[in-house]
Amino acid sequence: MSQLVFIAFQDNDNARYLVDAIVEDNPHAEVQHQPAMIRIQAEKRLVINRETVEEKIGRDWDVQEMLVDVISIGGSVDEDDDHFILQWN
Amino acid sequence: MSIEIKTHSVEPIRQTYAHIARRFGDKPATRYQEASYDIEAKTNFHYRPLWDDKNTLNDPARTALSMADWSAVSDPRQFYYGAYVGNRAKMQEAAESSFAFCDKRDLLARLPEATQKQILRLLVPLRHVELGANMNNSMIAGDATATTVAQLHMYQAMDRLGIGQYLSRIALLMDGSTGRGLDESKSYWMDDALWQPMRQLVEDTLVISDWFELTLVQNVLLDGLLYPLVYDKMDQWLGEHGAEDVSMLTEFMRDWFKDSQRWANAMMKTVTAENEQNTELLQSWVDRWEPRAYQALLPLAEATPGTAALDETRAQLAARLKKFGLQSQGVSA
Repeated sequence: MSQLVFIAFQDNDNARYLVDAIVEDNPHAEVQHQPAMIRIQAEKRLVINRETVEEKIGRDWDVQEMLVDVISIGGSVDEDDDHFILQWN
Repeated sequence: MSIEIKTHSVEPIRQTYAHIARRFGDKPATRYQEASYDIEAKTNFHYRPLWDDKNTLNDPARTALSMADWSAVSDPRQFYYGAYVGNRAKMQEAAESSFAFCDKRDLLARLPEATQKQILRLLVPLRHVELGANMNNSMIAGDATATTVAQLHMYQAMDRLGIGQYLSRIALLMDGSTGRGLDESKSYWMDDALWQPMRQLVEDTLVISDWFELTLVQNVLLDGLLYPLVYDKMDQWLGEHGAEDVSMLTEFMRDWFKDSQRWANAMMKTVTAENEQNTELLQSWVDRWEPRAYQALLPLAEATPGTAALDETRAQLAARLKKFGLQSQGVSA
C-alpha cells in the first residue's frame, strides 16, 4: 500500500512561499498545481520548518498562520512551534 | 442512474509575464516578482532630463557603485505595494490602540511638567530627523535605477513620515492638541545646542548627490546608531525618569527598526559581495560619515543615558558592518 501524505493550499501569494520552503526541505515531494489549489504529496513524511519559511518570506512566522491557507491534509500531524510534520506512523 | 464526476485541468498557456519568465523561468511567479522586476525603462532615452543634463533618465551612473544588475538588491520581506500596505496597516492598528489608550487615560498630560519638558526636548525634535529621512529616501527612490531598489526606499520614506507623525502626536497628547508642544520642541531643534550637530548632519545629508552614499549614511549608519540609542537606551532612561508611558507610543519604532534592518543588511551584503571597488568605496564613505553620525548623537547621549550607551550602540553597528567586510573607526571591539 502506498503511504502518501499530502497537504493542499489555496493557490495564493502566501502559499507560494510555503511551497518554496516545503520543496526545499522535502526534495522527494511532488507538487501539483491544480486550479486555485496547490497540492503537495510525498511518500511517508512531509516537514514544514518555521526557519525555512521565515527565510523565504523574510519575516517572523507562526506555524499556525499557515492554517488559513490550508484546504486539506492527509497524514498524522505532529506540530510544535518550529515544525509542522505530516506522517503515517 | 450513476453520476461520474470528472475533473479536467487546463494548462495555462503561460505562467507569468514574458519578462518575468525570461528572468526566473516559465513557472508561477510571486506577486513581488511580477511587481518589481524589469519594469523600469532601460534604453532609448532620447533626451536628457532638463533637471540633470549630465545623466540620462534612469542612469546607473547616478551612483559611483557598480552592479552588473541592480535588481540583485531585492527586498527579503518581498514587499510590493499590497503586501507593504497590509503589513503596515497591522502595525499601525497596534500603535493606534496604544495612542487611544494614552489619550483616554490622559497618561501623558498627567506627567509632571519637568518630565513633559524632557520629552519635548529630547524625543519630539527627532520628528525633524524623520522628515530629513523621508526626503532622503524619496530622493533615493527617484535616482535608483532598478525598481526593486526604488521600491524599498519609497516604502522606507513613507515609514519615516509615519514615524515623524507619531512623534508629533506625542507632543499633541501633552499639549491638548493646541500645537504649543510642537512649537516648543521645534525651538529646541532650532536653537538648543544639544541638537545643532544633528541638525547640521541632517542638512548635510540632504545634499549628498550619490544615492547609494545617501542610503548608506541614512539607512545604515545614522539609523544604526540613532534607533538603538533613542528607542532602546534612551527609552529605558526615560522610563527610569518617570516617563515610562512613552514607551507604549514608541513601540512602533522598535518593531519598525527590526523590520527595516532586514533589507538594509541584505542590500549591504549584496553590494559588497559584487566587487572589491564597491567595498573600497563604501569603506571610504563609512570613514567619512560614521564618526559624524556618532558626533551628532553625542550631546543627546550625554544628556540622557550617557556616552557609554552610545559607545555600546556604536560597537553594535561596527559588528554589523564587519559582516559586510567594512571597518568602523573609533571602536576597539
